[in-house]
Amino acid sequence: MVCRILAAAIGLVSIAAAVVASAEPPAGAAACSGCHPASTRVTSPVPRLAGLDGAAIIRAMQEFRSGTRAATVMDRIAKGFTEAEVQAIAAWYATQR
Amino acid sequence: MRVSRREFLKLGGAATSAALLPLPTFAQGAAPRVVVVGGGFAGASCARALRQADPRIAVTLVEANTTFTACPFSNAVIGGLRELSAQQFTYERVAADGIAVARGTATVVDAQARSVTLADGTRLPYDRLVLAPGIDIRWGALPGYDEAAAALMPHAWRAGEQTLLLRRQLEAMPDGGLVVISAPANPFRCPPGPYERASLIAHYLKTKKPKSKLIVLDAKDAFSKQRLFQAAWAELYPGLLEWVPLSKGGNVISVAAATGTLVTDFGRHKAAVANVIPPQKAGRIAEAAGVADRSGWCPIDPVTFESKLQAGIHVIGDAAIAGAMPKSAFAANSQAKTCAAAVVRLLAGGAPSAPKLINTCYSLLAPDYGISVAGVYQPSGGQLADVPGSGGVSPTDAPRATRAAEAVLAEAWFRTITGEVFG
Repeated sequence: MVCRILAAAIGLVSIAAAVVASAEPPAGAAACSGCHPASTRVTSPVPRLAGLDGAAIIRAMQEFRSGTRAATVMDRIAKGFTEAEVQAIAAWYATQR
Repeated sequence: MRVSRREFLKLGGAATSAALLPLPTFAQGAAPRVVVVGGGFAGASCARALRQADPRIAVTLVEANTTFTACPFSNAVIGGLRELSAQQFTYERVAADGIAVARGTATVVDAQARSVTLADGTRLPYDRLVLAPGIDIRWGALPGYDEAAAALMPHAWRAGEQTLLLRRQLEAMPDGGLVVISAPANPFRCPPGPYERASLIAHYLKTKKPKSKLIVLDAKDAFSKQRLFQAAWAELYPGLLEWVPLSKGGNVISVAAATGTLVTDFGRHKAAVANVIPPQKAGRIAEAAGVADRSGWCPIDPVTFESKLQAGIHVIGDAAIAGAMPKSAFAANSQAKTCAAAVVRLLAGGAPSAPKLINTCYSLLAPDYGISVAGVYQPSGGQLADVPGSGGVSPTDAPRATRAAEAVLAEAWFRTITGEVFG
């Protein structure tokens, strides 16, 4: 019975964690909106990321990292993210509106 | 040893509530309560991020002022390039998100009972508390510099009336006057701030009062973006702006506000206008809550921003000891969103995952001359550390077109971040 209670408790916790995780941006993604406007009401030469094609974000980050795309700060920032992190961020932004 | 079934259940129950379900508030159906103290870039960002992540959380934002006055770009106000109204924001949109904005000053935190008390006696119970109190001036740390002295020698390091005071003093100064800025030792709010301010005051003097001179007395021998600043000063303000480092007698050891005098180890300077940027510490409530250490700042866990000194209390923004992250508005906003995600996980009984944070800071050296520093950070060895190989400052050999582009991006950044936090 104790085991069953514990199992149920563990189940509750992992369900709660899973629900939270599905809505949550991956590591690093939330920081982007310091410069890339989350809101459509803000005008900026820096593009919004929400709804962008994930492959385009991945390609841009690769080019910023290698120095083949002109940049002011993104070359320095892109070097702080692994390919896996960029993929997760790109996939998340592609689902945002 | 035999353990009876009843005792075993009791033990099991204790272990369950301590380790597995530290706060099963959601399961019980009660709305978890998060109180955020301080409505700046850190606090207001965190309150909104919490609410956005889970509207079931009852979020209260405690803030003393009805209007927020932003520090970034306030040096442009001092230099006559911008009006203070462009720095000011209200909490209307924050409240419209469903956040209870409590007008008042938090004076007492009871970490055991988990409640915050405001100056008017209002008691706010919480499940988790986020402190984002910014900075306080360390009055008394610089002999002669107290609140009365600040009315004569403004610090202008919390934007608002002090910003306007310094601007008016510069406007009233006759051409040929000596302006002195005193810059503090690390750590302090906005590491490149004193040097951006020196640049924009120099720009004002060059344009309006070209016979004047500006001296920066520094308690340090090195500062943020130093090579970029010094190259630009030689190009833009030759003979007008002099930086005196610690090793050349830059450390101000006392001031006499009535006579406009700043005393260093090597001599004294009599200023027509003196801007004293004094030593600082975490905002007052941090000390009252027991989350500040002997340095005056707040040690935190780099994953959750929970205080290392008090359970259930998180500290974000300038008040926190955030390792390699500077005390900047961008960093505060980035930390706020990370902390909010961790708090949501903790309230749900989950484990926060390792975050990645960013900082980007622009400085204006003239209206069309901007530079930047950027960094990416992750927890490492119990601190927030630079991700190796990332970050850095604008190139030293960039053409003026790049400086102009960064000046435009600086303004865009301000619109974007204030739009996210207050819009």
